[in-house]
Amino acid sequence: MDLSVKLPGLNLKNPIIPASGCFGYGREFAELYDLSKLGGIAIKSATPKERFGNPTPRIAETPMGMLNAIGLQNHGVDWIIENELPFLSQFDTEIIANIAGATEEDYIEVIEKMNDNPVVKAYELNISCPNVRHGGMGLGTSPELAAEMTRRAKAAARKPVYVKLSPNVTDIVSIAKACEKAGADGLVMINTLLGMRMDLRTAKPLLANGTGGLSGPAIKPVGIRCVYQCAQAVSIPIIGVGGISNAADVVEYLYAGASAVEVGAANFIDPYVCLAIIEQLPEVLEKYGNTSVKEAIGKGLVR
Amino acid sequence: MQVCYAVVRSNEKISRDVYRMVLHTSIASQVQCGQFVQVQVPGFYLRRPISVSEVLDDNHLVLVYKTVGEGTAVLSQLKENESISLFGPLGTGFPVKDRDVVLIGGGVGVPPLVETAKQYILNGNNVTAVLGFNTKEDAILVERLKETGANVCIATMDGSLGTKGTVMDAIDENGIDVPFVLACGPLPMLKAVASTYSDGYVSLEARMACGMGACMGCVVQDENGQAKRVCKDGPVFEIGKVVL
Repeated sequence: MDLSVKLPGLNLKNPIIPASGCFGYGREFAELYDLSKLGGIAIKSATPKERFGNPTPRIAETPMGMLNAIGLQNHGVDWIIENELPFLSQFDTEIIANIAGATEEDYIEVIEKMNDNPVVKAYELNISCPNVRHGGMGLGTSPELAAEMTRRAKAAARKPVYVKLSPNVTDIVSIAKACEKAGADGLVMINTLLGMRMDLRTAKPLLANGTGGLSGPAIKPVGIRCVYQCAQAVSIPIIGVGGISNAADVVEYLYAGASAVEVGAANFIDPYVCLAIIEQLPEVLEKYGNTSVKEAIGKGLVR
Repeated sequence: MQVCYAVVRSNEKISRDVYRMVLHTSIASQVQCGQFVQVQVPGFYLRRPISVSEVLDDNHLVLVYKTVGEGTAVLSQLKENESISLFGPLGTGFPVKDRDVVLIGGGVGVPPLVETAKQYILNGNNVTAVLGFNTKEDAILVERLKETGANVCIATMDGSLGTKGTVMDAIDENGIDVPFVLACGPLPMLKAVASTYSDGYVSLEARMACGMGACMGCVVQDENGQAKRVCKDGPVFEIGKVVL
């Protein structure tokens, strides 16, 4: 069965992409399987300078999910270009660079540094990270700010720009439309939902950061709702993310209007999950009467 | 490192809140002392990182764990012949060197010392195990460590068993002067060990998600302020190389 999908800058052999922050730069997973089997890889966020991230504990379990407050830990864009992208170049898969920062200038700086790198096929603007004090989600919670960031990124970028949106907003559709109008080549949704847990023993938050981002199967219906609403309002492609752990989840997202998907927290539960999904996908698509991934995209939309 | 199903052979209570589970699994033969496995508990999302207490043979390993929350409570109810998913073995274990060693364990930090003691004794070295617990009722694996051939000293905070006080008090009281240590236990204990010994290794505990070095959930700082992952670069670190 034809699982391929062609999106701006991305020739995906299948629609399965490990999500940023859940797969590092692939090194650990490459010990387990051939990363060339993946449609693409959204690598961990790059910022201009090295960031240590938030204090620990950074992880808490929730019903059918988890909270994280990593805080965009990374070695900085120069180190990533020098050490991680050469490693990833050996695999036949599309590399999406997730870009983050505290200010708009930070995003531009990272984009300009990656523009000449042939390994990176597209950018994913992370204007939706809930775990940083400056930038992150703050740039993605109003249509005006999201549009301005998108416009500046598009002006600087020589690769397609996807904007990763936050569900922690009143009206995600207005933000999606604003990004499209500002020139975004595609959208990725959703980032994590802002959440919190308390430690009954200490009466303090379980996470050292207080709040964290909720991911896992618990957020799947929120992701599908966001994709469904936005897919009817914009004409640029949407990569769906949120709570995917099997091929049936992927088909749900495709029906809701996603053209591809990212798989996040499920990699922590089963490190082989992306591989398993790719293997199951033809059978599940066929079971529901689809002859290709393309045919399933947007099947559930009211046009 | 692989994902596989393991079959429970036994799952017995060995103190008021600590259980010893014997699992039949093909990954047993790959485990080095001090490594851990990620255990999937039915009904819970994240896997639980649990250190391997000992390897019985190529197909059996032992996990000794404390029931600290709902997940480990469910784990403690698993019956013989039920199966669970394991991911492992994970992390960098204790180095096995050809020298005499003091193994220092506190509470549920004691379990990985059993396999470590076996490996050092197999090499013909003398092993002294110093174990600290809050009270006599919390003491675990004392007889098992003695069976390995280790010389065992105990400390309890309330003095109900062995030396009254900490593992450091027991080391003083017993005049233990071997300079090389391997330690696993609560952070205050590891800090005390690291301030007394410069030659040795400590094993850390952390909240984790992936267990394989990808998510950066469990980082500590090394001596240069760089991030080290407890799950992948550790859990065992050389004394002085990470900030405790």
